[in-house]
Amino acid sequence: MSWVGRSLRRVEDPTLLRGAGMFVGDIAGAAAARFVRSPVASGQIRAVRGPAYTIADLDADGVGSIEAVLHRPDYVRLAQPLLARGWVRYVGEPVAVVVGDSAAAAEDLAEQVELDIEPLPAAVGLEAALAADAPLVHPEESPSNVMVAGEMATPGLAEALEDAHAVVELEVVSGRQAALPLEARGSHATPERFGGRTTLHASIQAPHMVRTVICDLLGMPEADLRVVAPDVGGAFGQKLPLAREDAVVVWLSRRLGRPVAWIEDRSENLMASWHSREQRYRLRAGFDADARLEALQADVVANVGAWPCYPITWGVEPLMALAELPGPYKLEHYGVRARAVASHTCPMSPYRGVSRPAITLALERLMDVAAARQSIDPAEIRRRNLQSDFPHTSPTGLRHDDGTYREAMELAVSHVDLGAFRARQRAARAAGGPQPGIGICTFSERTGYGTPAFAARAMGVTPGYENVELSMDPSGYVTARIGASPHGQGLVTALSQITADELGTDPSRVRVVASDTDRTPYGWGSFASRAMVLAGGATYLAAQRLAAQIAELAAEVLEAAAEDIVLADGRATVAGTSVGMDIAELARIAHHHTQRLPEGTQPGLSVQAGYDPAGTFSNACHVAEVEVDPDTGGVAVRRFVVAEDAGRLINPMIADGQIRGGVAQGIANALLEEVVYDEDGNILTTSLMDYLPPTVAEIPDIEILHLETLSDATVTGAKGLGEGGTIGAPAAVLGAVNDALSHLGVELNQMPATPERVRAAVRAAAGAAPAAHAAGAASP
Amino acid sequence: MTEISAADAAVPVVLAVNGTEHRVAVEPRKTLADALREDCGLTGTHLGCEHGVCGACTVLADGEPVRSCLLFAVQAHGAEIRTVEGLAAADGTLHPLQEAFWRHHGLQCGFCTPGFLMLSAGVLESRPDIGDDELREALSSNLCRCTGYQTIVEAVQSVRDAAEA
Repeated sequence: MSWVGRSLRRVEDPTLLRGAGMFVGDIAGAAAARFVRSPVASGQIRAVRGPAYTIADLDADGVGSIEAVLHRPDYVRLAQPLLARGWVRYVGEPVAVVVGDSAAAAEDLAEQVELDIEPLPAAVGLEAALAADAPLVHPEESPSNVMVAGEMATPGLAEALEDAHAVVELEVVSGRQAALPLEARGSHATPERFGGRTTLHASIQAPHMVRTVICDLLGMPEADLRVVAPDVGGAFGQKLPLAREDAVVVWLSRRLGRPVAWIEDRSENLMASWHSREQRYRLRAGFDADARLEALQADVVANVGAWPCYPITWGVEPLMALAELPGPYKLEHYGVRARAVASHTCPMSPYRGVSRPAITLALERLMDVAAARQSIDPAEIRRRNLQSDFPHTSPTGLRHDDGTYREAMELAVSHVDLGAFRARQRAARAAGGPQPGIGICTFSERTGYGTPAFAARAMGVTPGYENVELSMDPSGYVTARIGASPHGQGLVTALSQITADELGTDPSRVRVVASDTDRTPYGWGSFASRAMVLAGGATYLAAQRLAAQIAELAAEVLEAAAEDIVLADGRATVAGTSVGMDIAELARIAHHHTQRLPEGTQPGLSVQAGYDPAGTFSNACHVAEVEVDPDTGGVAVRRFVVAEDAGRLINPMIADGQIRGGVAQGIANALLEEVVYDEDGNILTTSLMDYLPPTVAEIPDIEILHLETLSDATVTGAKGLGEGGTIGAPAAVLGAVNDALSHLGVELNQMPATPERVRAAVRAAAGAAPAAHAAGAASP
Repeated sequence: MTEISAADAAVPVVLAVNGTEHRVAVEPRKTLADALREDCGLTGTHLGCEHGVCGACTVLADGEPVRSCLLFAVQAHGAEIRTVEGLAAADGTLHPLQEAFWRHHGLQCGFCTPGFLMLSAGVLESRPDIGDDELREALSSNLCRCTGYQTIVEAVQSVRDAAEA
């Protein structure tokens, strides 16, 4: 019997259900740090008055600056101080920090701190930051606000565009969004009274990486800092980069010789944690007479805020767009320029999907518009263009392993019954009132990549591999120590299933230790849909090694050949016989009776394995059905179907949970969520009454259909799927909104599609020439 | 320097939480959520926004779901408060809602879970036969960023249906 493939209930849950989890804010007994943040978007600091620490105090202690580096000639290198030095560059930038005996006392102290800042002109939106006379965010280091610019073109692109049967031009815009984990960020540092070590508990995704960079900044040996990610209340990328506040908290605790904690509040989180997704795509695409995409030229700009994030840098969004824009489609001729544009706004970091929700939105809008222009069905244009020969190498050199790009679309489209929908739509158009629309989104999702993919980015540090240490104790229980750092993904349960299968034991006999640098091997944490592939692969390989060790031990004790030993149901048995013994009994011998083993046998039962694959591609098709009220601009999502291929599903219940949660975020990204600044750089969305995550009222039940292509790109056959829901949903929803209003000539290529924007698009279409009304999507 | 006024001095409050009386001294400005977490040691009640939107801090006050971040501890004097720590039976057996959230995968990171459990408990205790639409509306009081809600709704429905059967 196999444990892999079964929807086991999660071992993580009972503690959380009792309210007995330990989140960083639950750790008592610390002084409270409160950061005093800039109230202006751009300005020169004249003085800081009051009971606060500033950059001068950090400088006096020799604390270093953060350097997030890409080794590229076009990359502007900066040294970022832990608190603002000289200038402030966004509303919310930390300028000073106070410490009080309680959070309330610290807030009172912070109110006594006076920031004397001379305001300067600010570059806020993308257009303002790109303008020829734009105020510069880092004038000493860069003569423009472009901080990295990637460019490439395949030979023959210009000719292919010139010769194309039809050329479609399109501008697609993604608004600025926030990952919004329900637990905001936070950290708690405790110096040992004797011995000089410090323990940092922090709400983070990559504890080892955070240990390295904080030790580099503070000049500490890594052995003297223990970093623990306790229960983490969601992250979605926002807790991957180093938070400079966390480094300051460690510095404060060591300086003051007492525990210090910083628990971010929600308005700080919305104002001064990381933002994402503010991008603009200008596409020029050539299609042949059969609506096959022949050539694509793109200009991509991303508003990356005032500072890069460590270690990913502010190249991550535009350079991912450069590399992955061709998506799941056959494409020969491709050219792109992708730029990171600094502005006087909150810095960006990866948020679930990173650039791919916007990439996919751009590409899928392109397909829908091209289909409408050539009067073919949205499913048909995808059918003609989707990649179907694998492995496939993209124009940017990415190897796509086996997938089901077309099959997933056919599955999703047949499941929704497009014909019946179109009949309903025709009736609704005749009747007036709210209009139904349907949107299709097909995409592939690059997941589970190790060192080779990160090395290609030329980052200052190269993440990638995962290590797992696996041991069996004398009771026959197994402990896996992993470098990944799960925070809600159910990885502990899934890894116990993998381990149990390889060792012929029960998952209840497997413990997984994670997220504590004192107790786990160096690793890169959980992000980029990687943990199931990387930590799962390393666990699988380690379990096979441990199984081999147990088999050799059993062979010795049972006087048989190791290759004849079968591990199953907690026993080691000689194949074809009834001779055998409990694995737990063998574990006793391995630890307590090594005199029974041949000289030179390594005592105990423990192994280590690393895994570092090149990566794989999951794929999916999302279909959204919406209802749009043309009079109010309101959009309701009525139905949502996902056909998904993420290879082997280790625990289908957990996989479905990842998909549903991702889709919910994607729907909200498409319709609701936007960080808004005024033109002076004041942020207008610092509460959950202004920034709008979805409630259950906005999210329909999500129907999930699975395909399972067992690619050879990973040792377990599993592909990553943590981000796919968020990647596909915005394009499906926007496609459906456009389809609903196509008879009015509406074309809306900006997310979120708020009621205001939908109404503006309806008004614009009504004001356009009547000929535009004929340009709606064809109905089969 | 901010003046400390008499209004800021700690005042004695009796908080009856999960059947236990906690005699605490709190500043009048202290919220019920902070008092539960800091003065009663009950950290299962979580703070996600502190402005009454997310509902992670939902507890029951005299049977009604309330945002404990929007109540002052002094306002809760004399009320019967129930938190997630009081949901399981004294012998540790999980409450049917806890079991259902586990079975239906109604949680991922678990941060919103105590609030959803207490909201659901309050709703089902006052309206055991609540219809699907109204249940959905009631559950739209709280935010979850991980699950997409479907499994939370299914979990609460299953407890409602089991009680009716």
